[in-house]
Amino acid sequence: MLHGPAAKKEEDKAALRKSKLGLKLFLVYGLIYAGFVGVGVFRPELMGVRVVWGLNLAIFYGFGLIILAIVMGFLYHLACSRLEDNLNIRKEKK
Amino acid sequence: MIYDVSSLAVIIFIVFVALVLLLSFYFAGKTKTSSGYFAAGGTIHWGVNGIAFAGDYLSAASFLGIAGMIAFAGYDGFLYSIGFLAGWVVALFVVAEPMKRMGTFTFTDALDHKYNSRSIKFTAAVSTLVVSIFYLIPQMVGAGDLVVPILGLPHWAGVVIVGSVVIFIVATAGMTSTTYVQFLKGGLLIIFSVVLTFYILRKGLETDPNPEHHHYVSLGVTNNPFGEIILEDDSQYVIKEGISTGNDRFYLLENEGISNWFHLVENEEGMFLNEMLTIVTDAEGNILYNGAPRTERLFYQVGHVSRVISDGEEVESSGPSNPFNFLTRIEDSEIVRYIRTSFDFGDSSVVAWYPEITSGTDIMKPGLFYRLEGASLMEKLNFVSLMLALFLGTAALPHILIRYYTVPSPRDARKSTIVAIAAIGSFYILTLYMGLGAMVNGVLDMESSNMSAPLLARSFGLGIFAMISAVAFATVLGTVSGLIVASSGAIAHDLVDKFFKVKMEDRVKVRAGKIAAFVVGTLGIIIGILLRGMNVSFLVGLAFAVAASANLPAIIMILFWDKTTGRGVSASIVMGIVSSVLLILLSPSLFERYGLAREAALFPMDNPGIVSIPLSFLTLILVSLYTRKRVKQ
Repeated sequence: MLHGPAAKKEEDKAALRKSKLGLKLFLVYGLIYAGFVGVGVFRPELMGVRVVWGLNLAIFYGFGLIILAIVMGFLYHLACSRLEDNLNIRKEKK
Repeated sequence: MIYDVSSLAVIIFIVFVALVLLLSFYFAGKTKTSSGYFAAGGTIHWGVNGIAFAGDYLSAASFLGIAGMIAFAGYDGFLYSIGFLAGWVVALFVVAEPMKRMGTFTFTDALDHKYNSRSIKFTAAVSTLVVSIFYLIPQMVGAGDLVVPILGLPHWAGVVIVGSVVIFIVATAGMTSTTYVQFLKGGLLIIFSVVLTFYILRKGLETDPNPEHHHYVSLGVTNNPFGEIILEDDSQYVIKEGISTGNDRFYLLENEGISNWFHLVENEEGMFLNEMLTIVTDAEGNILYNGAPRTERLFYQVGHVSRVISDGEEVESSGPSNPFNFLTRIEDSEIVRYIRTSFDFGDSSVVAWYPEITSGTDIMKPGLFYRLEGASLMEKLNFVSLMLALFLGTAALPHILIRYYTVPSPRDARKSTIVAIAAIGSFYILTLYMGLGAMVNGVLDMESSNMSAPLLARSFGLGIFAMISAVAFATVLGTVSGLIVASSGAIAHDLVDKFFKVKMEDRVKVRAGKIAAFVVGTLGIIIGILLRGMNVSFLVGLAFAVAASANLPAIIMILFWDKTTGRGVSASIVMGIVSSVLLILLSPSLFERYGLAREAALFPMDNPGIVSIPLSFLTLILVSLYTRKRVKQ
């Protein structure tokens, strides 16, 4: 009977550090996202102010949040991969 | 309104369905085990999984609903794009790898991995079902909306076709066929959204967007000495009746034997009666569209730019635009939107949409749907509640979470999540262009905001319309397949196998999954037919609120709070489901649906997240502390 996991599980020595890094990045992004919601709630008139390339704050901030998520995701992956390579290989050598 | 059926669209639609069915047949022979059925054997490549994630996530709400909401309410629709995408940050940074490490097939496996608790098994499975069914409703409603113009079939037929095809996909090869259908759909959706955006930018803004565009009639009027409204010129129109509702006055005018309602507008240039779009239902149930039967096709498509300002000058046409100046040109221009109202006249009920010139500045910032400037505290809380639910909901959607089990390793889970974020983020930026494009090109069907993107495509030609329609249909198929796989896993794996401990051979378990898929699919068909006409983005927003309330507190606390207990997890899931569903049932939008006044709603907000999410967290903390104390004693 195949009631086990769909894929093989291996111990990941970098799990804790990746988890802490993820949490920090989540908090950074969460704050920026909260800033967007905060402007909408407390200073909604600022959303119409033109900031750059003729775009208003609402569009600039909205596009910015989407692009930032992609960039932060990519950087997070690079950092996690480096942690996995370093910690897991180092432990294996020991 | 009535649509002309496009034979090209029908052919592409049939080819696509045939392709999907062939794919399912092909994988059916290879799917023998429960691992293969529920998690594609954990063998999917991360790149394929990433695009399949996008195909799973970019539902009818994303494509049809958001584009429609932007087309009808400007930037407020784009808030959904921002919130939906931001939710992936939570999924990537907090949930992706732990879920992969903790689980086997389902969301329930992950929550229960260190407790082995029957109550978690039961509540998490029920939560999966509730969230999936909440999410399933808008997909089915969207499917029905789509099939009307593509195949010329009634709404219910669309729902039945989608339901049947999806049941077939899932019941043949489970997660494997579902993955490849989603991969195909995700890729096609992004490619054709880019193509549609290219058409929109190439055309730019025009005051007369297409040859078939109906110019609404505006008649100058004045008051006679008795204070009555009279027409200024020798118009062929005759004023028959007038009615006031609130601050608005409406007049019934007759012209060439057809009577229709006009809206009285006063501005610096004088007083005018502006033609409206109306649907009048009399006491016998007869329905007239703009004063005539539906078949007369007087119920026009609307939405256009009344003043095009390009580089500071007023012009008839802006010419081709780039992605930046398309947005700034809209912000500088003025757009005619149609505002919905309703009133009773004698034995008839009238639903009407009147034209209102809106500045581009107002369209390009929040406020037309979610009022923020000068808003009450409750309106502001409603906005915060929506943004909170969207941010926290993605990482708690069971049909998304199970996709972490289809790849070989946690690193692959992470890589596929990043591919998904890039694909989904790019698509969401395009939704702004597609929505605004629909708003200004005279294509809006006021009866269905969900049709905005396909109708926009039709204004550019039958070829692109046929492709966009097929892609939109694929969008529904892909997401519904994922939802039914998740529900099927919750029933066959979590409930029957793990909770009720029914001894099953692997082969029997796969069969149980297939039967569950059939039952959930049939339920989705019935609900989809009953809830016709609701905006799919709005409905998905509610599904996010239920997911964020029921599942996210449990996921977060299991990962980051050592004192979490099994009973605490179960209690928070129950509290999350009950409070969010109850508050939705008591919300203004649902009261409107019951035929009652919005103001009579017992809960003042449309989105319950701001109350139900903290309540669920609090329940988990209190019950965990209490149960730990009892164990110690």
